[in-house]
Amino acid sequence: MGYPRRVMSTTTIAATASLDLNADMSVNSRQRLAVNDLIGGARLWRLALALGWLDIRLRYRGSMLGPFWLTISTGVMVAALGMLYSTLFKMDVKEYLPFLALSQVLWGFLAALVSEGCTSFTDAESVIRSVRMPFFVFAVRALVRNIIVLGHNIIVIVVTFAIFSKLPGWEALMAIPGLLVWIIDALVLTLFLGAFCARFRDIQPIVNSVMQIMFFITPVIWKPEQLGSSMSKLPLNPLFDLLEIVRGPLLGGGALTGTAWLGAIVFSVALCGVSWAFFVRARGRITFWI
Amino acid sequence: MAVRARIEVENVSVWFPLYHGSSRSLKKMVVAAASGRLGQDQQQRVVVRALRDVHLTLEQGDRLGLVGGNGAGKTTLLRVLAGIYEPVMGRVRVQGSLNALLDPSLGMNMELTGRENILLRGLYNGLPKPMLPRLEEDVAEFAELSDFLDLPVRIYSAGMVVRLGFALATAIKPQILLMDEWFLAGDAVFLEKAKHRLEAMVRGADILVLSSHQAEIIRDWCTRVLWLDQGQVRADGAPAEVLSQYLGTPLEMA
Repeated sequence: MGYPRRVMSTTTIAATASLDLNADMSVNSRQRLAVNDLIGGARLWRLALALGWLDIRLRYRGSMLGPFWLTISTGVMVAALGMLYSTLFKMDVKEYLPFLALSQVLWGFLAALVSEGCTSFTDAESVIRSVRMPFFVFAVRALVRNIIVLGHNIIVIVVTFAIFSKLPGWEALMAIPGLLVWIIDALVLTLFLGAFCARFRDIQPIVNSVMQIMFFITPVIWKPEQLGSSMSKLPLNPLFDLLEIVRGPLLGGGALTGTAWLGAIVFSVALCGVSWAFFVRARGRITFWI
Repeated sequence: MAVRARIEVENVSVWFPLYHGSSRSLKKMVVAAASGRLGQDQQQRVVVRALRDVHLTLEQGDRLGLVGGNGAGKTTLLRVLAGIYEPVMGRVRVQGSLNALLDPSLGMNMELTGRENILLRGLYNGLPKPMLPRLEEDVAEFAELSDFLDLPVRIYSAGMVVRLGFALATAIKPQILLMDEWFLAGDAVFLEKAKHRLEAMVRGADILVLSSHQAEIIRDWCTRVLWLDQGQVRADGAPAEVLSQYLGTPLEMA
């Protein structure tokens, strides 16, 4: 993109661009346009960042604490659930609460990404229909928005860990590659679900109810060890794998972290493949669907 | 420097699938697929043919006016040129920077201040950071918001909102300017100052494509007129010629 300067100094000149859209496109040219979408979206990172921030600001507009309400509600929920379940499960609060705080916050992040992925394009309808805009921008926007939410909820984890003086060791750094996998998966999934849910409006409720079921069958509020001998089957649940590659290291390494990594990689590769194939095919049609 | 502006539209057709009610449902698709009805279902899908076989080449200096009744495909053609709708058949090639004035409130957020809206618009257009202050200065000066610039747009008077929207829309100068009819319908345009600004923008553009119901504006600004009727090109030529044909037809077209 170039920005020629001319005429008066107060004139803002639009970026030069060129466009070549052909209806009878081969897979290769479809791929090229999809790649251009990603590149164009990445170039507009400042817009995506601003929109993500804006979503949070507008969601909490006029409230005194703003997004810190997130921190408070998560904190209260973790405290209440922690008391209840540590009694129900007959577990030591000192052990259970840090686990629950971490699991709950991380799960909240994953679940929100999945559910907001469904509406990432339909919510931006007016923009998509009035200007040519890379769809990737909206994927980054959804990610940014949820990272901000996660940032506020991390306080709950830090406080809980501090109260029970459960400091993670150096192995906690192993959570970073896990988070990178999350970021890639989130972006890819948003492109996929955003397009798919724009076409089929039934998908979003399905996704939401599946996620609700997943919350209970994934060890979020209960510990993997409680399953006893069936524990080895857990890595078959891709959400467990994803959760564990970040949670495991932060809790000082779970027994299943190795297998979870394997599962997470297999699942992520499959997700990327399916999503890319769908996005390449659907990209040019999304505007007609929303 | 900038490339030579050029628009090529080859045999472009666009049709909208109508996904109302049942055709949007996944269940219907799955059931139809399972019972072997999918192929038939897809052929029976209701589609609106918004553009049919449109052929058009515009070079530097061309000023094209689009006329036609409601639903003739004027806005759809503008959206195709802007790259928003990708053609279902045919090919579109556009060279040069482009600004499409299609939605009066693009990116305008009532909860944000005027200044924030200006910055957001700059970001939507992918302007690099050093260019943002210039944009802000230009818009603020034209819209005459003074102290209101740092207050939310929500509390602006209707006139102020119109001025801000107009200033934003006309702030970024493209090589190819696409303008939908709403843009000329607002009162703002008839203020002398706004008229000057708009005319300067139109003059500055290498290619103009303008959709309008107002024959006078088309006659004044355009060097070529395309008459669309139900998505097809009905006439294409000099303004005087096509306009007299268009205006000569009975009102049933509208």
